[in-house]
Amino acid sequence: MRQRSLIAITAALAAGALTLTACGSRGGDKGSDSGKGGTTVTIGVDAPLTGDLSALGLGIKNSADLAAKTANKKNYVKGVTFKIEARDDQAQPSSGQQNATALVADKNVLGVVGPLNSSVAESMQKVFDDAKLVEVSPANTGPALTQGPDWRTKKVRQFKSYFRTATTDAIQGPFAAQYLYNDAKKKKVFVIDDKKTYGAGLAGTFTDEFKKLGGKIVGTEHINPDAKDFSAIATEVKKSGADVVYYGGEYPQAGPLSKQIKAAGAKIPLVGGDGIYDPTFIKLAGADSTGDLATSVGAPVESLPSAKQFVADYKAAGYKDEYAAYGGYSYDSAWAIIEAVKKVVDDNGGKLPDDARAKVTAAMQNVSFDGVTGKVSFDEFGDATNKQLTVYAVKNGAWAAEKSGTYTG
Amino acid sequence: MNELPQQLVNGLLLGSMYGLVAIGYTMVYGIVQLINFAHGEIFMTGAFGALTVYVYILPGGTSMWVALPLMLIGAIIVAVLVAVGAERFAYRPLRTAPRLAPLITAIGLSLALQQAVWAWYPEAKSARTFPQIPGGPFHIGNVTIQTGDIFLLAAAPISMAVLAYFVMKTRTGRGMQATAQDPDTAKLMGVNTDRIIVVAFALGAAFAAVGGVAYGLKYGQIDFRMGFILGLKAFTAAVLGGIGNIYGAMIGGIVLGIAETLATAYISDIPGMDKFGSQSWADVWAFVLLILVLLFRPQGLLGERVADRA
Repeated sequence: MRQRSLIAITAALAAGALTLTACGSRGGDKGSDSGKGGTTVTIGVDAPLTGDLSALGLGIKNSADLAAKTANKKNYVKGVTFKIEARDDQAQPSSGQQNATALVADKNVLGVVGPLNSSVAESMQKVFDDAKLVEVSPANTGPALTQGPDWRTKKVRQFKSYFRTATTDAIQGPFAAQYLYNDAKKKKVFVIDDKKTYGAGLAGTFTDEFKKLGGKIVGTEHINPDAKDFSAIATEVKKSGADVVYYGGEYPQAGPLSKQIKAAGAKIPLVGGDGIYDPTFIKLAGADSTGDLATSVGAPVESLPSAKQFVADYKAAGYKDEYAAYGGYSYDSAWAIIEAVKKVVDDNGGKLPDDARAKVTAAMQNVSFDGVTGKVSFDEFGDATNKQLTVYAVKNGAWAAEKSGTYTG
Repeated sequence: MNELPQQLVNGLLLGSMYGLVAIGYTMVYGIVQLINFAHGEIFMTGAFGALTVYVYILPGGTSMWVALPLMLIGAIIVAVLVAVGAERFAYRPLRTAPRLAPLITAIGLSLALQQAVWAWYPEAKSARTFPQIPGGPFHIGNVTIQTGDIFLLAAAPISMAVLAYFVMKTRTGRGMQATAQDPDTAKLMGVNTDRIIVVAFALGAAFAAVGGVAYGLKYGQIDFRMGFILGLKAFTAAVLGGIGNIYGAMIGGIVLGIAETLATAYISDIPGMDKFGSQSWADVWAFVLLILVLLFRPQGLLGERVADRA
């Protein structure tokens, strides 16, 4: 009997030891990596790589990967090899936080690109900030992430380690309102959102501006992001007599919503933010989506001279998925981290200092370079200084740029 | 313009789909007292079965009128195979185990099926588009009905009629009734209860497959998670209608669908209630209705007294 329990304890100890060795050997692998090209710096990526939003997430991952590969090829930071460590958050705040913890634990990670969703970012910011690990999001547009919950009245920087290359909803919503009211001559809008940080924020800023311009809100609705049946809402939209629908949310719901609104007999365009600016939206919404509009941050990557190289390189790299809506911003986010690392390494005589994370975070504030999407630099809140936006419309089954402009307030 | 008839039709359509899936919950529960939480995933595999037939088996450009019956058959075959396999390998070994064991197994199976489709079905990591029936919508007075919904409007009552005939008139159907009343006595009377249980799983799966095809036609897309929420709603519908009663499942589904639709459309018009109106509150109102029904009729709308069982 006694012997048996002894065997059990030994077995447990052995198993524990094995697990520990396994961890150790993985760390060891990384060490041998760095032996080859000097130091290896890992850039973490957090995005939804599976699920409804994977089209956007994979574009983010691939574009960040392209930035790392480009830097390695050019030997941009001498003695430093960049690699990407991508984690899937499935658009869930809880997964995002787990990923953040895991990335913080990996000492080679000096910066993180992501996440896609503002709601996920909320769960990650503090974890990164505590570790002084810099995070650059290519896609978060929630104003509160940088300017605090009272951003309408009193702006307060939230986290010193959080930056983004995307413009915020504070700009995107009003930009859409101005376009609809002044250019498209729409006066009666039905506003729908999905109650998430991104969707509700967008719908809120849109509503304020549209009212200010003199437009009329003929109805509001909040959908359930898990739902696929919006027929009841579609019928309400038709009843309201609105001449346009504004939707704050993302394409998995926006597509079916647009389709069902048109099917209910209301032949009016659905307008949304960058969350619906994706080819999948058109696939989901079907042929009737012609004329639907979306605003997106920046100017169309395809139209920018600065992005030609990126588009060509992306194609040449042979990624299976499109770079999607945030590809250019993801590349710029990763490149901003690379620039910050370069600054830190150069200041330290060509070597990474011991407190590299804190130094990279500090260097990020002053990063400035000509990126894929134009000039990339950050203001005192960590927001992008580039405030360009574009309205896109669905034409012949694809998004086509309607109007680019800079929001001035 | 009065849109009430339209909202009722919206609710009826949504509810018919709940009902088709709820039948599977209620039949299995009626016979083996198992809440088959993997049933929502059987609905999902059925939809993917139909998609497989259309995309990978039929030649491109096949007319939907030719393809639809074949897709339906494909959906039913896949769903029935999955359900019968689940019964044989996951539930039968646990038939004499405590009731919690098969329940947990069902939840595990549900996750396993979702992840299997996610991992191995081509491009199923995000939603896949489902073929649509061509043609514009139909207008009856104020009411608009989409072509995709015609299938559901026809399939739900036909399925119910077939099921009623089967349960009431055929030998196997009467065997099912007998097994539901008292499995041991039924066995003594010469009913092959093992076979009856397999038939119950298979029938439930076939109805779920019809629902899966209807879902694809109605919403134009299917994904690996589509069965989860719909399965929960269908289970709610089965409880609302009286679990164990096949007519109750359909009635419960329709009541639930209409309740959700009307809650979305009208609650916000009540003065002071505009905060509680939108679709995100519709589920809350649907469950309020469920609680009210269960308070006054614990056995559900059409349920029989099952106090000796529960």
